[in-house]
Amino acid sequence: MSKPDWKNFEPVLIPDIPDLDQIKNYEKNGGYSALKSVFTDNDKWPDSKSVINEVKEANIRGRGGAGFNAGLKWSFMPPADGGPRYLACNGDESEPGTFKDRKIFEYNPHIFIEGALIAAYAMEITTIYVYIRGEYKSYIDMMEEAIQDAYDAGYIGKDILGSGRDIEFYVHSGAGAYICGEETSMLESLEGKRGYPRVKPPFPAQKGLWGRPTTINNIETLAHVPAVINRGAEWFKGVGAKNHPGPVLYGISGHVNRPGVYELPSGVPVLDLIHNVAQGIKGGKELKAVIPGGSSTPVLRADQLDGITMDSDSLRTVGTMMGTAGMVVMDEDTDMVDVLWRIAHFYHHESCGQCTPCREGTGWLEKILLKIKNGEGEVKDLDLLLDLTTQMEGRTICALADAAAWPVRHTINRFRDEFEARCKKSVHALA
Amino acid sequence: MAYEFTKEDLEEIEKLKTKYPEVTPVTLPALWIAQNRFGHVNSEVQKLVAKTLDLPEAHVHGVATFYTQYYKEEKGKHVLDVCTCLSCQLCGGYDILNYLEDKLGIKKGETTDDGMFTLNEVECLGACGYAPMLQVTNDKYVNHLTEEKVDKLIESLKNGEQPEYEKIGMPRRNNIK
Repeated sequence: MSKPDWKNFEPVLIPDIPDLDQIKNYEKNGGYSALKSVFTDNDKWPDSKSVINEVKEANIRGRGGAGFNAGLKWSFMPPADGGPRYLACNGDESEPGTFKDRKIFEYNPHIFIEGALIAAYAMEITTIYVYIRGEYKSYIDMMEEAIQDAYDAGYIGKDILGSGRDIEFYVHSGAGAYICGEETSMLESLEGKRGYPRVKPPFPAQKGLWGRPTTINNIETLAHVPAVINRGAEWFKGVGAKNHPGPVLYGISGHVNRPGVYELPSGVPVLDLIHNVAQGIKGGKELKAVIPGGSSTPVLRADQLDGITMDSDSLRTVGTMMGTAGMVVMDEDTDMVDVLWRIAHFYHHESCGQCTPCREGTGWLEKILLKIKNGEGEVKDLDLLLDLTTQMEGRTICALADAAAWPVRHTINRFRDEFEARCKKSVHALA
Repeated sequence: MAYEFTKEDLEEIEKLKTKYPEVTPVTLPALWIAQNRFGHVNSEVQKLVAKTLDLPEAHVHGVATFYTQYYKEEKGKHVLDVCTCLSCQLCGGYDILNYLEDKLGIKKGETTDDGMFTLNEVECLGACGYAPMLQVTNDKYVNHLTEEKVDKLIESLKNGEQPEYEKIGMPRRNNIK
């Protein structure tokens, strides 16, 4: 596959335009034209289904981590019955290594608002909630302001642009809980409860907020919608990797010279992102490992990266995933035992406690890793850890147990020597 | 002491009720209003929230204890939440935490004797590219921390100055090789 021409790519979500967060500037640069087209151009968009089809065709793979076709998700909503229907926008953004949606809140909030309103139109939704993690207080304030501006401009509220559609748009602040990024946990939190994930089925499209049809999309996913409407699904499909198309917000952090959020096509080589975009490893050191898309995605050794590009197909060949495209880069001095222990500590802290394999399993992962980190572990503990991961994975209501298990399994398998070197010599007689 | 909402708080809570089809969802925002008013949501404040919303005390207690940002007991005037998770760990988050422990003479989770500072170690705050960093009392992020920057922050907080919002510019494209 040919490499995308990422050096000449013009950003869409976070273009280099000053004060784009101001609604007047956003409009001046073509903002809300997609919304106007969808809400008023009955020839181009004869019904809401035509909008869903265009988005489905574009194959916007969910940018929150699961990578599911957003338009296909929209098509799961049952026919409207006159009752309330909800769109819950997921701005919880708590997976370690992920810090991209905040760039949309800060630099281009209206592209997300416009995308969410088009989604609401397409699914005949009456109320939109954007759930933002409580720690993002600054961004919550910015979003409140942007939404008010959109209300004042007539893009939200009653009879939007004379279309006869009424849509309300509210911000709901979280209060510190990683699990609320899990979609059904987020619904519980929106309903004012502890963020316990729900058993599926029923899926949110059937029974979501207050038992009504609900769709949940990530902020970046929705922010891609206006360009798909304006430029068409074909354009979107032509950007980046074939099976994972479109622009992507790459969040690069860790031991690089220039960390940050970069908007580039999908399918950029991992090594280009590290060495060209983020301008290499700090202090001229060697690259040791990279976590491609948030802490739950399996880590890759530097020697696994040749020819690997940031899209699901390529990453799958080396046993990892795109996740949130939040890349964490580690240099040659990084202690993988310490890193894995810290990741395990995170998932233990954030387990909601509903399911036994996760509540207990994440605790044991952390405890055993702490023992190894402190030089008290034995080689057999590594196998115990691997055994634990298989007992956790797929046995719980939500994917947090999987997210905790994967990094443990893959970091041990890919850096086994380093873990064994940290273990004390076994006192057991060899058979 | 008896905790009471002000008239403005109650008006805000009434307004919040119009955002949702029922009253339970107001639990989270009402706890935020209470915490902003009283500085914490201890069991007495939780009871006040329950009474105000006409919801069971057990429900409000359950919610308050699930989310880490609600302070279930009184904290220092300034709460320093130092991130040590993954990217911050890699970029020296623990050094910053240790430095603050030494500087303030307390361990993480503790409050200084004068009630000025509470120091916490927290999980990922979503500022991974700007590590190491901390958050001041559930509000502003202070990024790219060094010992000097920490010193300045502590001084300014002691002088009653709150940190400004740090706008981090977008990386300019023409720098990409």
